[in-house]
Amino acid sequence: MNGRKGFGGRGKSSSTTQQGGKDAQRRPMFRRRKVCKFCSDKIDDINYKDVKLLMPFVPERAKVLPRRISGTCALHQRKLRTAIMRARQLALIPYTTE
Amino acid sequence: MSRKYELVYVVSPDATDDQVTEVHTQVESIVQRMNGQLEKTDNWGRRKLAYEIGRHKEGTYVLEVINGDGDVMKEIDRRLKVTDLVIRHLVVRVDQEQAVVERTRNERSETSRRRRVARGLPPDRQPGEGQRGEPDDDRDDRFDMGGEELR
Repeated sequence: MNGRKGFGGRGKSSSTTQQGGKDAQRRPMFRRRKVCKFCSDKIDDINYKDVKLLMPFVPERAKVLPRRISGTCALHQRKLRTAIMRARQLALIPYTTE
Repeated sequence: MSRKYELVYVVSPDATDDQVTEVHTQVESIVQRMNGQLEKTDNWGRRKLAYEIGRHKEGTYVLEVINGDGDVMKEIDRRLKVTDLVIRHLVVRVDQEQAVVERTRNERSETSRRRRVARGLPPDRQPGEGQRGEPDDDRDDRFDMGGEELR
């Protein structure tokens, strides 16, 4: 029974991925390449005290903006995350909003 | 071994200015007693908190930069924990990160100088030099994924 269930799930998922591929083929979309804000602006020091710098990376729900959206590079995303976490401890940035 | 630390603490909004200075003197005396040195103090003044701490919605932020070893900060941390007036505090070690930042900054300026010299330019940027204003691009396409689907 377990095996059958697993097989069913696999089949379904593969069909959806196929659909996704087709979709992308039908509509070739141009997307501007995202660049890391900190690399291009040459900001070396991502500081937890600089709330103005951090705010654009914690939208509405006060969650950290993922890399795939902001385009931040891995190194700077890591530094950004620590800075945001420190700022949150000091109530400079909210953990969440209602 | 001396290290550099940053300490930020939030004093309750009910505290008077005198009480804020008193907390500061307490910190200062601990630093002096344990052979550290206080490099800088900065009072940010009253700020709104991003979320309520206890029943407080505001707080007075004070930043102190301290040179000393770990024991100094341990003692300060302990003292601030038992001080009711301080509603939140954070200790961060900064010397290593600052060194890294400085190094990358130096490396960058050095490479740019070297490249400029290789191109036959003076090593430093001249006033009035630089990229011409880039064409305005204020369209933010970060959240545009699948926007076509809606139309």
